[in-house]
Amino acid sequence: MTDRLPGFSTLAVHAGAQPDPTTGARVTPIYQTTSFVFNDADHAASLFGLQAFGNIYTRIGNPTTAVLEERVAALEGGTAALAVASGHAAQVVVLQQLLMPGDEFIAARKLYGGSINQFTHAFKSFGWNVAWADPDDIGSFERAVTPRTKAIFIESIANPAGSITDIEAIAEVARNAGVPLIVDNTLATPYLIRPIDHGADIVVHSLTKFLGGHGNSLGGIIVDGGTFDWSKGNKYPMLNEPRPEYHGIRIQETFGNFAFAIACRVLGLRDLGPAISPFNAFMILTGIETLPLRMQKHCENAKAVAEFLAGHSAVASVNYAGLASDRYNKLARKYAPKGAGAVFTFSLRGGYDAGVNLVSNLKLFSHLANVGDTRSLVIHPASTTHSQLDDAAKVKSGAAPDVVRLSIGIEDKEDLIADLEQALTA
Amino acid sequence: MNHDSYDDNYIRGILNGVKSIAMVGASPVNVRPSYFAFKYLAQRGYDMIPVNPGHVGKSLLGKPFVASLSDIGRPVDMIDIFRNSSHIMPVVDEALTLSPLPKVIWMQLGARDDAAAERAEAAGLKVVMNRCPKIEYGRLSSEISWMGVNSRTLSSKRAPIPTQGMRLSLNRTSVGGGATTASDRAAKNRSEPT
Repeated sequence: MTDRLPGFSTLAVHAGAQPDPTTGARVTPIYQTTSFVFNDADHAASLFGLQAFGNIYTRIGNPTTAVLEERVAALEGGTAALAVASGHAAQVVVLQQLLMPGDEFIAARKLYGGSINQFTHAFKSFGWNVAWADPDDIGSFERAVTPRTKAIFIESIANPAGSITDIEAIAEVARNAGVPLIVDNTLATPYLIRPIDHGADIVVHSLTKFLGGHGNSLGGIIVDGGTFDWSKGNKYPMLNEPRPEYHGIRIQETFGNFAFAIACRVLGLRDLGPAISPFNAFMILTGIETLPLRMQKHCENAKAVAEFLAGHSAVASVNYAGLASDRYNKLARKYAPKGAGAVFTFSLRGGYDAGVNLVSNLKLFSHLANVGDTRSLVIHPASTTHSQLDDAAKVKSGAAPDVVRLSIGIEDKEDLIADLEQALTA
Repeated sequence: MNHDSYDDNYIRGILNGVKSIAMVGASPVNVRPSYFAFKYLAQRGYDMIPVNPGHVGKSLLGKPFVASLSDIGRPVDMIDIFRNSSHIMPVVDEALTLSPLPKVIWMQLGARDDAAAERAEAAGLKVVMNRCPKIEYGRLSSEISWMGVNSRTLSSKRAPIPTQGMRLSLNRTSVGGGATTASDRAAKNRSEPT
């Protein structure tokens, strides 16, 4: 007898969770504790030596957080996951396993502005060198590969303009280069796109956005696709060489197809320290239970708002891949047939000043630097999230001075359209 | 028998059925994967027998090493082989001389010998290749979930608190009844010549 394959919504509610063995509590409890007692000295030694499954200290792992990790791993179709304090922390921990000082990684130019800053400045001080490539020109990724390239990094739906990346084409470049493809799937969520199914090896998220979904808790996560063979070619010493941190264990041979997630936990999180709070893990877990319902509404509302803006005389252009006329519509239909997400940009005929006026005239949309909230959000990227970039880089990353970014919430779409209408004509 | 991916019920049947496991290539060095697996399976109530000619006279967690399968001197249900793929065949040949025959030949993560598997299956044995029984037991019982690993199982039942030597229930609902798409792809990538 073969078991039935549960659907996405069933996994969103159940994966990773079971009634608490001690109390029978049905909802995953918040294990708000720093530490866990050992059964005896041998148990303690087994846990520290990675020989046994169990809990030591919440910086390394926590039972509430573990449910979140398995939940997201299941939704993404990965072998394991590691939750951390933020999406930015996820990126540091991932790249620390892959790059040594002097190594390089290739990143798509269209990224969240905070990631562009992190890659350009913070990582440079670690000796990790980023080479930029254009996700609309696959050849630019091929040309950027050098013998020191250790990874390729892209966003599935790219911030800020909601453009869709051709994951399979870039996965092919990564495979030929013998390096893993890392996909930031924050704006799509696994409900819209599952990058591992399209050839990604590692998926990262800011859980703060649609997965948590309510704008109340920071978190990040790393999902191991289990797809990359770390034993090939001795390029990844954190995974494939005896680790002095653990008396000579080789992570890859000991943990098989979830070795990358273990390396992130026991070499990255343990030593760098950006642990997520169990309370945040609980809040995000609760959010994920309604992810499919929320994403349906987010996408339905976003499409309606984009169509309204596209027909408005004050609007110069709308970048939303869900519109039939959009240059990314073909990729959206291939990769995200259930919806093109809910973050997109548009530009106003009145330029920079009209953008600033619009933001200040809106009454329902909140002016803030986040996306993926139940509430609709608006921001002017050129003066905020992408303000550290020079003008040319702003244009290349989709954040030109006349561009306004929206993150559409789950309110009634008629109210969102009415708010935009009054703000555009005010 | 498809050895690229296994139905969970196949693995579940083996781990629920066997009681004694001879581990060929068991190491007394406590950072080796074989030591991890030996210790875990002993803690989960299996009767473990370490087989390694280099350590005869010593014992592993209180179990004396034997030099070879024929030195065990009593029936054994499963042979877990911690050797490289190129050293599998002689172990399987020796296993097939035992009386009674073992029920299962298990080859560790990274180890695969299709010809040896065929020979064992022809003699009526079940075969698992390129898997770790510790990982599979931890996964099907969901104990591995402590590490954020996708157990690919679900359950709405309250589980007992595991204690030393306790066998756990492996009969949770499987998500997909076997390997995920991703792990299938990994197995395929690995079996391609490099």
